[in-house]
Amino acid sequence: MIEIKGLTKKYGSFYALNDINLTLQEGTVFGFVGANGAGKSTTFSILATLLQPTSGDAFVNGKSVRTDPSDVRKQIGYMPDFFGVYDQLKANEYLDFYGASYGISEVERKVLIPQLLELVNLSHKRYEYVDLLSRGMKQRLCLARSLIHDPKVLILDEPASGLDPRARVEMRDILKQLKGMGKTILISSHILPELAEMCDEIGVIDGGRLIAHGSVTDIQAQLAGERHITVKAKGLLENVATFFEEDPFVSSVELHTEKNSVTFNYRGTEDDQINLLKKAMDHSIKIISFSETETDLEDVFMEITKGAK
Amino acid sequence: MKQVFSNPVLVKEIKLRFRSPKSFIGILFYLIAMCIFVFGFILLTTQFSGTGYFRPEESFFMFTMLTYIQLGLILFITPGLTAGAISSEREKQTLNILLTTAQTSFQIIFGKLTSSIAFLLLLLIAGLPIYSMVFLFGGVSPGQLGIIFLYFFLTMLAIGSIGIMYSTIIRKTIVSMIATYGTMIFLSAVTGFIYLVITGMNTMVSGSLSSSPVGHFFASINPVVLVLTLVSPGSDTFITDTTKVDFPIWAGYAIFYICITALAIFISVKKLRVNMKRTK
Repeated sequence: MIEIKGLTKKYGSFYALNDINLTLQEGTVFGFVGANGAGKSTTFSILATLLQPTSGDAFVNGKSVRTDPSDVRKQIGYMPDFFGVYDQLKANEYLDFYGASYGISEVERKVLIPQLLELVNLSHKRYEYVDLLSRGMKQRLCLARSLIHDPKVLILDEPASGLDPRARVEMRDILKQLKGMGKTILISSHILPELAEMCDEIGVIDGGRLIAHGSVTDIQAQLAGERHITVKAKGLLENVATFFEEDPFVSSVELHTEKNSVTFNYRGTEDDQINLLKKAMDHSIKIISFSETETDLEDVFMEITKGAK
Repeated sequence: MKQVFSNPVLVKEIKLRFRSPKSFIGILFYLIAMCIFVFGFILLTTQFSGTGYFRPEESFFMFTMLTYIQLGLILFITPGLTAGAISSEREKQTLNILLTTAQTSFQIIFGKLTSSIAFLLLLLIAGLPIYSMVFLFGGVSPGQLGIIFLYFFLTMLAIGSIGIMYSTIIRKTIVSMIATYGTMIFLSAVTGFIYLVITGMNTMVSGSLSSSPVGHFFASINPVVLVLTLVSPGSDTFITDTTKVDFPIWAGYAIFYICITALAIFISVKKLRVNMKRTK
């Protein structure tokens, strides 16, 4: 379990993090969303015991990053957004070095390393020099490295950044496998639909403040507030638009003559929505379709961060 | 001891160092230079002096010259090997990952230091067969050679620790290099100059030599002076006479460099990771 209490990081008078509070249960996949410089990497660096917070504390399975940093290090697997590799070291030696750094015996490492390379689809690159691998392969190798000591918590800072679509899909598949293994995963990404697909919870950070936290659907509902309805109809669209405008729960009605549709925002309940549809049918409006448009995470993110600013 | 040699950083550094052809080329050129000096000296002495043989005094002179060459090697190579040990990891963006492993700060610093020292020791050991040529002609005892190598080791350890310390506290390798070479020049040249100035001023002010512990201290911490006192013990008496302090140079040198090594390693270990407990 991860618990962050009043975490603040100041550089002079600038707040990189401002009173972050967050609790994540074991096995949760948490997506951290935010613009560049919002405070995602700062939070992850503090959790990885690489950066000292100005105030507040963070706990990983009950161990404080302030008072028990060495215990925290044993429980986390950290993958930074930017990282380098050692020249002249082969992929299996790279993992062997980090395995030894976690005190794993040579016998165990010999068993573990082929399994990890298999997990990240790099078995065929076992004897290749690390600096000669492609960016996507290095990212996957770094992920394998972060798993070498079987940590309960994975902190992945932009693991898919700079990857081509294929490498991104491969990375996503591996993360899904890890989710299946019951790991608690904290992941930051700019690719929001990917986070929505993978994460149990998301947190939106802006200007060092956690401005929203919850499940993806909760966040969407909490922030969208209104549903976006599209009605496709036959006949005079102006009349259709006027009909819906008269409803007290309807706002922002727009005509799309080229698509024969009318769109509007609806803030009534689901029952109200059913009644609205019935009323429209009773008024002899020839409805072809009446549908709710899904708001994607990107729209939500733009909406939230716009409000925060 | 097993734990020392299973230090992951030490093992990795040695592996990487010997995968690079630079290390082998370095050793090759060092040995070539040593051979040119030794065999050139013997050739010049035997062929052109007209005697046709090599006397123990000449062997001793060759030994002294070789010792100074080795000292120069240690003083100039050690900063280059250690001053980038941590800062280059930082520049290559590998340090953060290393710091999140279960290794203690001491293990990381120790691994970095010992890998650099091990390479220097290899250089010295590789040169030993050439160095040992002096035994063929007499004039030098194996014990004397042993003591000199012991002091070489201490000097390497101290300068190496200083290099690692600068590399830990300074972000950029180039600045860390400059700071380490600056410290090395201070210890090997400036201290000797300060000793000369202090004893000279002492004589001028009082008209005769008076007690000068500060002068003795600066002479004691100078590696060039130390080697001089080791190869020709009479020079120790000269320093005692000029400073009126009867304390062996070798002892002062050993105490100072052991303290410097311990202090530099302590600072490096403390500064490698951020202090998470500190509150502002």
